[in-house]
Amino acid sequence: MTLRPDPSFYPSARLATEAPPEKLAYVVAIDPAGSLGERGGGADALTVVDLDPASAGYGTIATTIEAPNAGDELHHFGWNACSASLCPWAPNPHVERRYLLVPGLRSSRIYVFDTKPNPKKPSLVKTIEPHEIAHRAGYSRPHTIHCGPDGLYVNALGNPEGDGPGGIFILDCESFDVRGRWEVDRGPQELAYDFWWHLGYDTLLSSEWGTPKMVEGGLNPELLLGKKYGHRLHVWDLRRRRHVQVLDIGDEHQMALELRPAHDPTKTFGFMGVVVSVADLSASIWTWYRDGESWKIEKTITIPAVPADPAKLPPMLQGFGAVPPLVSDLNLSLDDRFLYVSCWGTGELKQYDVSDPRKPREVGSVKIGGIVDRTAHPKTGPLTGGPQMVEISRDGKRVYLTSSLYAAWDKQFYPDGVAGWMTKIDVNPGGGMAIDPKFLVDFGKRRPHQVRLEGGDASSDSYCYP
Amino acid sequence: MSWPWITLIALGAWHGVNPGMGWLFAVSRGLQERRGSAVVGALPPIALGHALAIALALVVVAVGRASVPLTALRWVTAAILIGFGLSRLFRHRHPRWVGMRVGFRDLTAWSFLMATAHGAGLMLAPLFVVDAARPSCHADAGVMLSGPLDYAAATVAHTAAMLAVAGLVALVVYHKLGLALLRRAWFNLDWLWALALVGAGVFAALAG
Repeated sequence: MTLRPDPSFYPSARLATEAPPEKLAYVVAIDPAGSLGERGGGADALTVVDLDPASAGYGTIATTIEAPNAGDELHHFGWNACSASLCPWAPNPHVERRYLLVPGLRSSRIYVFDTKPNPKKPSLVKTIEPHEIAHRAGYSRPHTIHCGPDGLYVNALGNPEGDGPGGIFILDCESFDVRGRWEVDRGPQELAYDFWWHLGYDTLLSSEWGTPKMVEGGLNPELLLGKKYGHRLHVWDLRRRRHVQVLDIGDEHQMALELRPAHDPTKTFGFMGVVVSVADLSASIWTWYRDGESWKIEKTITIPAVPADPAKLPPMLQGFGAVPPLVSDLNLSLDDRFLYVSCWGTGELKQYDVSDPRKPREVGSVKIGGIVDRTAHPKTGPLTGGPQMVEISRDGKRVYLTSSLYAAWDKQFYPDGVAGWMTKIDVNPGGGMAIDPKFLVDFGKRRPHQVRLEGGDASSDSYCYP
Repeated sequence: MSWPWITLIALGAWHGVNPGMGWLFAVSRGLQERRGSAVVGALPPIALGHALAIALALVVVAVGRASVPLTALRWVTAAILIGFGLSRLFRHRHPRWVGMRVGFRDLTAWSFLMATAHGAGLMLAPLFVVDAARPSCHADAGVMLSGPLDYAAATVAHTAAMLAVAGLVALVVYHKLGLALLRRAWFNLDWLWALALVGAGVFAALAG
C-alpha cells in the first residue's frame, strides 16, 4: 500500500496518453522445441528489453529469466493491478502495479514475477499450479489476463481434459489465490479465446478459438474445412456474470480471436479480428456496436489472400496457390483512433484510422517477414516469421512487434522455422508509420510472443472514466 | 452546540471527504452521462445509504444499551473498534459490488455496504455509550445521547454533514479540478480511517 496512487494509474485513457515514454519492455519468449515436447527442448523465459534511448543497452535484451520448467508455452500475460483500481465503485488505488502474471498456455501453470525492487531483474515469487486452477475453477490452458476493478480476470481455453467449455476464472488481486469460475450462466458459450469489456456498460465480451484438443496439435485442416473453429462473439452481463447475447458472424469465418473494445468507457464499439475465411482465405475485422439495448456486429475490413507460387508455400497451403493474411493480433491506440492489424501470413502490419469505427480507413502499412515475401529488416537479411503480437506505447508514438504465434502453428506455416525478433515502428501523429531501421532485438533460439511495456500499454489497462 | 453533536458533524464531514464513501461515484456518474445533473442526482441515494448504515449501527447500540450494563457495553464497543481499526491497518479488503450502470436502489445499497464495511456507523458508537453521569474531561455539557429522538437527530445531522461535504467535493472535482486530480491528490485515507476507528475505541475505553 502506498500513500498516493501508483503513478502509472490514470483515471482515463485520454490522460494515460500523456504518460512518459516506456524505458523497458517485458517480453515472453518460448523455446519452440520445449513447447512441442521435442528432445532437447529447453524452458521458456521472461525477458526484459531495454527501451531507454539514453542507455548503452538500448534495443537489446537486458535480462533473461528462465522458467523453472520446460514446455510451458508462455503466451499472453498481464499485471496484478492497473488503472481499473481507480474505478469509483471499488476504489483501491493504493495497490502497486508490481507483479506480472505469466500463464503457460500449454502447461497451465501461472508464474508470478515481482518487478520490484529491480524492474530490470524481475524475480519469480510464486507459481500457481494447474491443479489449483482445475480444482477451484474447472479450467485449464489459461490465456488472457485483465486486471478488473474487483479482481484479476483470467480466461482459459478448456477444461483439464482438453475439451470445452473454456471460460473465465478470478484470481484474488493480493494473494493470487484462485477464487473460482466467473460464469454464473454461460448460455450457449463453449469455445474461448479472448475477452475484454466495456466497463461503462457493465458488459464483457468473449471470442472463440477452439478447445485445447482442437489447437494443441496444430491447425487441423479437417476441423477448419468443417468450419468447427470459433466464429461467434459472446456478450455478457459483467455484473451478474450471465451470458446475454450471441453475435454469430457465420461459420465460413474461422477463428474469431482478438477483441479490442474502445478504451473510453462511454463509447460502445470495438473490433474483433478473424484469422481466415474458408471461402477465399481472406482475413477480416468486424466492428461491434451497441444499438439500443442490444449489440450488433458487422464486417468493416476484408484483407484478401495474395496469390503465390505454390513452390514457395508450406505443404498446407500449396493446394490453394495463395498466402492468407492470417490476422492474428490487433491493437487499438489509447485515443481510440488507430487500429493496428498484424498480418502474420503476408508479413504486413496495417494501420487504420477508426475515427468512424464502422468505416475504417487504411492509413499506413509496413512490411516485414511473411511466408512468401520474407521481407528483410534494414539490419538483417530475409526474415522468417511475421508481425504477430502488436503493442502500442501509451502516447501512441511507438509500436512494437514480435514474430511468433504458437509453436505448433509456427511449424505449419513457417516449416523452416520462425526467427525470434522484435521490432519497433514509429508512428506519425496524423497516421502513417515506418520501421525504425536501428531497432531489432534478436531472441536467438527463443521466439518472442506478447510484449508488456513498463507502466502500462494499450492493452494492459482498463479505465472507468472518459 | 455540545461536543457530541460537534463530533457527529465533524465525523460526517470526514466521511464525506473519503472518495470510497461516494463522491467519486457521483463524479463518475456525471462523466459517464456527460452532464453535471447526474452528479447531483447520485448524491441523494449515496446519502440515504450512508444514513441507513449509521441508523443500523445505532439500532445495534440501542439494543446493547437495553440488554447489557453500560460499562460492559462501553468496553465491548472499545474492543470492537480497536480490533476492527487494527485489522483495517493490515487488511485492505474492499467489498465487491455492482458496476457502473446503477440506479437509485443500486447506489443506495452500494453506499450502505461501503459505509458498513468500513465501519462508518461503528465509528460513532462511543458517543452513545459514554456515561455522562460520571464526569470526565469532556463532560462539561453533561450530555449523553439517548432516546429515539437523539438517535434519529444524530443520524440526520451526521448524514447532512456527510452529504454537504461529499456534494461539494464532487461538484468541485467535476466542474473545476478534473480527473487528473485523482492522480495527485488521492491520498491513502485507509490508514487515517483505521486510526480514526482505533481512536474512537480508545475514547470509548477512557472516557467512562
